[in-house]
Amino acid sequence: MTKIIEPDKQTNIFRRPSSEYGIWSWITTVDHKKIGIMYGYAAFFFLLIGGLEALVLRIQLAQPDNNFLSAAEYNAMFTMHGTTMVFLAIMPISAAFFNYLLPLQIGARDVAFPRLNALSFWIWVFGGLFLYSTFVFGTAGAPEGGYLAEEVGWLGNAPNGGWFGYQPNAGFKYSPGTAMDYWAIGLQILGISSLVSAFNFIVTILNMRTQGMRLMRMPVFTWMTFAVAFLLAFSLPIIAIALFYVTFDRQFGTTFFLTEGGGDPVLWQHLFWLFGHPEVYILILPAFGIVSEILPTFSRKPLFGYPAIVFAGFGIAFIGFGVWAHHMFASAISPVAQAGFGISTMIIAVPTGVKIFNWLGTIWGGKLNLKTPMLFALGFIGMFVIGGLSGVTHSVVPADTQQTDTYYIVAHFHYVLFGGAMFGIFAGLYYWFPKVWGKMYNETLGQIHFWTMLIGFNLTFGPMHWLGLQGQVRRTWVYAEETNLGFWNLIVSIGAFIIALSILIFMANWMYSKRKGEKAPFDPWDARTIEWTIPSPTPVWNFSKAPHVKALDDFWHAKYDEDEEGRAVRRDSADALLAQLEEEGLNPEEEIELPNPSYYPFVLSSGLPFLGYAVIYKSIPLALIGVVLILVGSFGWATEPLEEEFRSEEEE
Amino acid sequence: MNKKRFFKYKNLPVFSLLFLTACIENAPMDSLSPAGPYARQIDDLFWLTFWIAVGVFFIVQGALIFSVFYFRDMPGKPEPKQIHGNNVLELMWTIIPILILAAIAVPTVRTIFDLAREPEGALKIEVIGHQWWFEYKYPDYGITTANVLVIPADTPVRLEMWSNDVLHNYWVPKLNGKRYLVPGQKTYLNLHADSPDEFWAQCGEYCGLSHSKMRGRVLSLNQEDFENWVNNQKLNANKELPEGTLAAEGQQVYLNAGCTQCHVIDGVWDVQGDRIAPNLTHFANRNVFAGAALKNNKENLTKWLANPAEIKPGTFMPNLELTEKEIEALIAYLGTLK
Repeated sequence: MTKIIEPDKQTNIFRRPSSEYGIWSWITTVDHKKIGIMYGYAAFFFLLIGGLEALVLRIQLAQPDNNFLSAAEYNAMFTMHGTTMVFLAIMPISAAFFNYLLPLQIGARDVAFPRLNALSFWIWVFGGLFLYSTFVFGTAGAPEGGYLAEEVGWLGNAPNGGWFGYQPNAGFKYSPGTAMDYWAIGLQILGISSLVSAFNFIVTILNMRTQGMRLMRMPVFTWMTFAVAFLLAFSLPIIAIALFYVTFDRQFGTTFFLTEGGGDPVLWQHLFWLFGHPEVYILILPAFGIVSEILPTFSRKPLFGYPAIVFAGFGIAFIGFGVWAHHMFASAISPVAQAGFGISTMIIAVPTGVKIFNWLGTIWGGKLNLKTPMLFALGFIGMFVIGGLSGVTHSVVPADTQQTDTYYIVAHFHYVLFGGAMFGIFAGLYYWFPKVWGKMYNETLGQIHFWTMLIGFNLTFGPMHWLGLQGQVRRTWVYAEETNLGFWNLIVSIGAFIIALSILIFMANWMYSKRKGEKAPFDPWDARTIEWTIPSPTPVWNFSKAPHVKALDDFWHAKYDEDEEGRAVRRDSADALLAQLEEEGLNPEEEIELPNPSYYPFVLSSGLPFLGYAVIYKSIPLALIGVVLILVGSFGWATEPLEEEFRSEEEE
Repeated sequence: MNKKRFFKYKNLPVFSLLFLTACIENAPMDSLSPAGPYARQIDDLFWLTFWIAVGVFFIVQGALIFSVFYFRDMPGKPEPKQIHGNNVLELMWTIIPILILAAIAVPTVRTIFDLAREPEGALKIEVIGHQWWFEYKYPDYGITTANVLVIPADTPVRLEMWSNDVLHNYWVPKLNGKRYLVPGQKTYLNLHADSPDEFWAQCGEYCGLSHSKMRGRVLSLNQEDFENWVNNQKLNANKELPEGTLAAEGQQVYLNAGCTQCHVIDGVWDVQGDRIAPNLTHFANRNVFAGAALKNNKENLTKWLANPAEIKPGTFMPNLELTEKEIEALIAYLGTLK
């Protein structure tokens, strides 16, 4: 605190921002909690947009041979729905949880590189805005030589090659216009964001754990964050390279994926799914972590087989790199490859099964407190199991050649990513709501939200299994009346609107409770992990003094002992402990050093979209603006001083 | 729908499910009513997996729902025992799934290789994917046709497939699973229909604007009908039409309005080399057209010829600004192409 470095007068222009309120405090913040909250809100905004896109799709499909959307609009909508939900909704909502909770769960003041954390958030924001600016600037149309009866319209001018961007359909010849460039470069920018945070989290988990927080005492959510960070670090470079290939093919005349130039469209499939399958686990593992926190707390029992759950998580992450071609069983791969990837896909079901049985073991014999987070966690198990089992039917390669590219697949991955990931995320949002806002959410509304969502979800995605087996292919703008699929499509569309209703209930609850909810105690759930030992809402400094962890579920063991039968018995000292924690948490004894805010993550990331536009429009001035912003950002970042140097100077 | 098959034992629970779900009858794309040995082999494997999955489903959901009711917090309930795990149990629920999966893996691998093998005495047909229609060539007979694939019943057929533009995916759900059509590579798919019937086909992979209208039909004929069909297909169209008829006028429209840029009619306009649009020599024999998106009748043809892009957005067939009279003549002419 009192180290005195003569501040270089020249660096005064780089003085750190100091806003504590208002918009600048958010733009310049490096506080992991504020960044987490911003991630959450921004991702939820995109979730709503992705949801609206889904509703539009469902209106179109509610009847056979419907004309609500044109083909161009429909294709753009399903492309943007998928891209948005994966890259702009579920991934960043998970990032919101990582950011907010990870330092709290390991007893740290912040992540290892706070400015880098802000950087990854702002890159993500600018990447998302860049991608969505396609609705304003992008163009799309018929393949070269094809004809359209009408203009594609502004909705139809969005990217339309699918979130999977299969080549050569998404190449320049069959998807002319700039929309697919927005898609490719937008994903490229978003990938940088994820890579940056992956390394940040890995370093944070390895280096920033508080005293006594050994690896095998870390909460499972932290473990899953760790696994996801590795998945990101290893899988994103693959898609980055593949997207560079695409951009080069589209912009500079290379032929990586064009047969006529000696390229191979199947290569894109391999590269995309070699990223795309680990990506699935990037989406679902955070929910595994969240649920593994909630089930023990609300069952009042420890997690059944903690080491098995941790190792299963890493097993899934590792094997997840060896199953990619199961997305391509009908594609140009040999029977040997089909057999190999079929078997590896079956193998990955084993650690997944271990997790599910261990979760059941956790609630078995417990004392279940059926509050909203617990309902969502239990709903998660029920829905995820359905998605997992339909997944096993895909590993049976011949059966999958019937199922692939049909609504059966759509049903499967929505049971995994909505019934799984989103239910887990909602469980987490309710569970940690008191910690973030210092208020309790409304339990009645929460329960209504759960039941409407559960019903709406199953009404939407349950019949899709059936529709797929009856031959409804995916990404289909219209289906013929003679296929007799109309009735169930109508039910599915009704279900989608029930989901929308449940989301409105959630939003109402959130906004009402955040302002008018009851004041939350700092340990409302009688929880187990150390983020509950600090006041609600979390103070800026997190922990008044670094906690000393002595066991897994340290907080629980501080409150509870076990009798001879092994039943939990509340310690006499527990109440005194809680009172003491509350007192200490609000009144830190020592002066606390916090990372200083900075303008530069924002400045640096704002340069990336300009580089993207420069590539699309082949514009040197735009490239220069981008480069200048990035250089200014990097230079300012490297040279900005620590604020306390000034403070110590003033103190003397 | 084939009643005998529908009431099979393994369909019983599905039948009750259908009852609950006001079943989809006569779904022409139903992947669960196989009509040939390949599809049946897949179907058997699917049901094996399905029933195992149903078993696991009931065990897990049963345990979940039981726990929610039996272990939920009630007044006076004591604190639970703090159980941290159980190695024997955990080993069991690792090993048992492995055994179950191994039991599924064995028939899976066997079926993969069975389906990939080239059947003996198979008829070879080439399938070429275009945006957005399927072209069929019979190298043994020198036949080129489109949209409707005609095969002999109760005879294996070997499809050799590739794409002319983007990825497509050939799927006749009642006869076999899907297989991609890739530009620059050949892929193979076997079909085998038990008896004479008509089947629906559809492109599975998203292939651009009109992907959903890239459909097809497969017509399986008994041996005699098939031979008649082949012999008929080998014939050229008649160029000399009686003068003054509407059909003869239509032929002039075909020859002069620009149709010949892309469409071949053998005996009338049969330049060498591939054309990018369906061969029309025996157009009237096909019950569907425009990528099998439309039934072959006067009303649909009128709509289509007036503005193809209206029906199939992105299509490579231009609007030739034909007059009503020209369209009428053209339709009359197309009707003669048997």
